[in-house]
Amino acid sequence: MYHSCKQLLQMAEAQKVPIHEIVIEKERKNSGASRADIMETMRGRYGIMLASAEKALEQPLPSEGGLVTGIASDQYRYARNGDTLCGSFLNTVMARALSCSEVNASMGRICAMPTAGSCGIVPAVLMSVGEKEMLDEETIILALITASGLGAIVMENATVAGSEGGCQAECGVAAAMAAAGAVELKRGTPAMALEAFSLSLVNIMGLVCDPVAGLVQIPCAQRNASQAVNALLSADLALGGMKFPIPPDEVIEAMYKTGKMLPVQLRETAQGGIAATETAKEITRQIFGRNSD
Amino acid sequence: MSISIFQVAGPVMIGPSSSHTAGAARLGRIAAKLADRFDFVSFGLHGSFADTGKGHGTDKALLAGVMGIREDDEALGQAFSIAAENHLDFEFHKTELSGIHENSVRIGFYRDGQLLCEIDGSSLGGGEVLISRIDGYEVELTGNLPAFFIRQQDKCGVLSHITKVLAEHNINIATMKVSRKSRSEDATCVIEVDEGAAGELLTRMKDHPNIYDVRFIGV
Repeated sequence: MYHSCKQLLQMAEAQKVPIHEIVIEKERKNSGASRADIMETMRGRYGIMLASAEKALEQPLPSEGGLVTGIASDQYRYARNGDTLCGSFLNTVMARALSCSEVNASMGRICAMPTAGSCGIVPAVLMSVGEKEMLDEETIILALITASGLGAIVMENATVAGSEGGCQAECGVAAAMAAAGAVELKRGTPAMALEAFSLSLVNIMGLVCDPVAGLVQIPCAQRNASQAVNALLSADLALGGMKFPIPPDEVIEAMYKTGKMLPVQLRETAQGGIAATETAKEITRQIFGRNSD
Repeated sequence: MSISIFQVAGPVMIGPSSSHTAGAARLGRIAAKLADRFDFVSFGLHGSFADTGKGHGTDKALLAGVMGIREDDEALGQAFSIAAENHLDFEFHKTELSGIHENSVRIGFYRDGQLLCEIDGSSLGGGEVLISRIDGYEVELTGNLPAFFIRQQDKCGVLSHITKVLAEHNINIATMKVSRKSRSEDATCVIEVDEGAAGELLTRMKDHPNIYDVRFIGV
């Protein structure tokens, strides 16, 4: 059984199967569930992800302080008007990621992936790539399993908590998971999927967790959008053949150690970064009627 | 430690934070299974729970949890009014616990002013939790598997009685941790198992002169 990316890759290559097959095998052994049970449970989770990625696209949702209310519908309108820099595909991906964040901030129902603060990245990327490539639901669910299997390796060996590792541990890991899933949807090799995984984490190494007013709204929602794009560009770099010399397990370890080096002010305590700006303090006063400190 | 893919793709929960909302609700729910008929709950918030808990609804989530409301139930947002309807009093305060995760809470359950049970727990991220202390005894309880919490006198034969009863009911032990403050005094045991347990098993397990109490914590 594998506990690292290296072992997972060796098993996938030796058996000549996609990563999700190895992940399903481990899940079956550990939980006693059948392959059909695992697929069914993931199908249920995917349904919740889809609903949250769509819910705020047309309708702004109320959130405490209203800091992210309406951002998904604004972006979606822009994505559809055709006149954008990154094209309607990337803009729709961002709108969907923002929708998940907006639902989360409004105390709606979401599926953490791997956390609630980063719940928009994997759904937005995989559903959009699936749609673009005209793939069936089962294929997308298998890519979700690949993404989740890699997230599990991070949880076993490092952390996905912003309070422990900063935003890199939440949105960074989500981007890495999504990148690996996207490579699989594009029929890249398991090695390419892990390459994309590493590149995403490298691109966000050291990012701090600095929620304004301590709320999971800004800059969390914006980072769901930007990290969805990070996942896609990392997937494209890997699919283009880029080989990053540092192996994924060492990148995970570096992310973990970097998180440990971050002072507590930059780990979800709302005492540093964007959260410590004058305007953020003013927003905090407006919402809670007190000082941020 | 092996992590299920559904601990990554999950939990399905009410926002906004898996550590500060869903994890808090789970902590409350697991902790409440160790106390009966409480009418007052005290929450000592440590670290990031104290600093950023309010904006994440950590208070609502903890309170909802001790009332048995699950982390994917939209009733979570109405925890304060539900507590009032159920005549459950509560208070929140800041505290400092030593050697514990940033997102931690000490929960005290009371009835008629008497402390029934005091539990330290942490939310580890992604909705994962760890109960690390019960009434001063060090434990390891994750809530991912069904578990027994046993209070006993530290004497020979207690554990063999417990494992015998489990074996006779064909229940496999996943993890087991015994904790005592000093030799021959009171001790506790946490056993995580692979399957659930029926009432008869609990009655049989309790039927030992050196076992004071057995509680079953389902998932």
